[in-house]
Amino acid sequence: MMSESAGVQAAHAAHAHHEELGFLRTYVFSTDHKMIGRQFLFLGLLMLVVGGLLAMMMRWQLGWPETPVPGMSWAPEPYMFEGIIPPQTYNMLFTMHATIMIFFAVMPIMIGCFGNFLIPLMIGARDMAFPFLNMLSFWTGAVAGVVMLAGFFVPGGHAASGWTAYAPLSASAIYTGVDWGQNLWNISLIIIGASSLMGSINYITTIINLRARGMTWFRLPLVIWSLFITAILLLLALPVLTAALAMLLADRMLGTHFFLPAGGGEPLLWQHLFWYFGHPEVYVLVLPAMGVTSDVLSTFSRKPIFGYRAMAMSMISIGFLSWIVWGHHMFLSGMNPALGTAFMMSTMVIAVPSAIKTFNWLGTLWGGSIRLTTPMLNGLAFVSIFVIGGLSGVFMASTPVDIFIHDTYFIVAHFHYVVAGIVFGLFAAVTYWFPKMFGRMMNETLGKIHFVLTFIFFNLTFFPMHFLGVAGHMRRIWNPLQYEFLQPLQGMNQFISVSAFLLGLSQILFLVNLCWSLFAGKKAEVNPWHANTLEWAAPSPPPHGNWGEHLPVVHHGPYEYSVPGVEEDYLPQTTPHALPVTAGH
Amino acid sequence: MEHAAGVEEFPRFETSKMGVWIFLFSEVLLFGGLFATYAVFRSLFVQDFARDHRELDVTLGAINTVVLLCSSLSVALGVASIQRGKTRPLKLCLGVTILLGFVFLVIKYFEYSGKFAHGIYPWTSSFFSIYFLMTGIHGLHVLGGVIALSLMLFWAFQGRFSATNYVRVEGTALYWHLVDIVWIYLFPLLYLVA
Repeated sequence: MMSESAGVQAAHAAHAHHEELGFLRTYVFSTDHKMIGRQFLFLGLLMLVVGGLLAMMMRWQLGWPETPVPGMSWAPEPYMFEGIIPPQTYNMLFTMHATIMIFFAVMPIMIGCFGNFLIPLMIGARDMAFPFLNMLSFWTGAVAGVVMLAGFFVPGGHAASGWTAYAPLSASAIYTGVDWGQNLWNISLIIIGASSLMGSINYITTIINLRARGMTWFRLPLVIWSLFITAILLLLALPVLTAALAMLLADRMLGTHFFLPAGGGEPLLWQHLFWYFGHPEVYVLVLPAMGVTSDVLSTFSRKPIFGYRAMAMSMISIGFLSWIVWGHHMFLSGMNPALGTAFMMSTMVIAVPSAIKTFNWLGTLWGGSIRLTTPMLNGLAFVSIFVIGGLSGVFMASTPVDIFIHDTYFIVAHFHYVVAGIVFGLFAAVTYWFPKMFGRMMNETLGKIHFVLTFIFFNLTFFPMHFLGVAGHMRRIWNPLQYEFLQPLQGMNQFISVSAFLLGLSQILFLVNLCWSLFAGKKAEVNPWHANTLEWAAPSPPPHGNWGEHLPVVHHGPYEYSVPGVEEDYLPQTTPHALPVTAGH
Repeated sequence: MEHAAGVEEFPRFETSKMGVWIFLFSEVLLFGGLFATYAVFRSLFVQDFARDHRELDVTLGAINTVVLLCSSLSVALGVASIQRGKTRPLKLCLGVTILLGFVFLVIKYFEYSGKFAHGIYPWTSSFFSIYFLMTGIHGLHVLGGVIALSLMLFWAFQGRFSATNYVRVEGTALYWHLVDIVWIYLFPLLYLVA
């Protein structure tokens, strides 16, 4: 390890000197991990807006079915009829909302942006192990995004078989009328799979090989642990999805019989392959937010993280368990009850590491000098939202209860509390590392107003969905008023829709804050939050090569806050300390 | 760390090799998804598999197996020679490997066109869906490997490789071995299955 980092240091010190790259190499085809991180951030935010607008249109249709969506009368037929959303378009909306949010918003931001920006900085490296591959990863991701968006403009419209693309619905154009939309959906996901693969190879290799002197495994910040496990999950899950997508594409374009029962195919096979990828994917989405939250909570409680090793180990066990629970998505798809019970047990076991994380977060807060900054508020919100989402997950995991609430709004509420709750981790991350990324502070007042509005309207939007679900409101239905038993619930649907619109509008504050701070924010100090981790030892924003002449040397763990005998209430990882410190040995 | 290579070269060497190994893990999972599908279909349609596999030409498949095994040997010999700093045998071995890769693809082409001539297509049966997709994706990997090997040969002629700088050749060779290993499983599962 020592000789390796010394070698890399020498290699990169030579590299860091021939500077002055042109505009194209600095901002467009950059191999600098920080610029690639920023590129992923803006790609993700753009797609987050697109995905959010799709959700707003769905909420209009559910609140006021078959009335013209305000401001959408320009949309051409057959997508919309003078602003009215037809069933086909509604199917497209929920399909693309989920696809875009998962693959093009949360993954690029949490993994693409923060993985790239933070990993080399927090482990004390000058860049990723494979900078060129890193650039390629962003640009293949961008191509995938273009292909995905192109699907909206082809005849027949975009994919309309749900983001899970269950066969046979997805396997033949005769069911949904969607032809090239679904093909482009498949192709785009195969391309983004390649992009993620390049990212994971980089992340894993970098974290294993390029840690600075003294940066042992148990001195890594938890956000790096979370990204490491995420990268492994991606590496092992996405190829299986790629294989399944190739088969689905072959069914659609070559006429093979993998998933179409008419020719001897097996639709259940798609579900198995998809969820073999799909469940680890859930943890791919949520683990980085957990890591971010751990770092933010410790910094702003001015206390070491409670149970550092337990936090790392619980993430490892979540990662492991995520491989053996995929069947819980398929309890009602036709499954041997004995197998269902096995999947129920393995799923419930995930509650153990999740609870370890939650209680350790609470333990971190306990007795701390809590500073309610914007990132801290968002981190706290992530914890509370995750608890609700985790608890509602236990209902679904239990097979007898799942029979009742499967494919209702209860599940919609559950997965939005888990995966849409990630936006709080996302906001925490953006507001926490914005000073390091762009060298300027974000506006705290605006940030707090945005947080409060988002937190309130998030809960007003998603919590009532539990009630709708228990009352029998199916997910993915175009017009709830078609069902007599759902008509009395229409008031709640409208309430949810209004809350969703206000939730959407609140995000304008975030975008305003982000754009304004980019250009006019207060200049950030090197270490504005008085945090310990390595990235705060580099200038804000860090230059190409990050560290100047010498790589940092790490002396202890990342969470040494309020150490007795130390004058300040923080002890950066680069500062040697004579007293024995507890964590990280 | 037990290698006595220079400090400058050592970390880049290990890092690149690790990257290739991680990539190969994901490739195993990609084919794993396909092999899982094979297992499901084989158990669902035992008779169809027993009937349809007789359409495949065992001789051509066996020749291709030998061709790929030989190509694996030649690429391994190429790595062994550049490790001793010998560039001429490296070029020879890479050339032979590329040639064998082409031979494999040409034989595959004749197999495919023979099937089409007999009216057998990917949509003919579940067995042929699996056969064409698995050998097709494997064929794409062979094609990718031939392109990568050609790039290595080009660089070898440019004199880029030496006894201390051969990690790209080694990485490409590792990938080529994986392509070979996948075929070692495909051949009995598709051609010899009864």
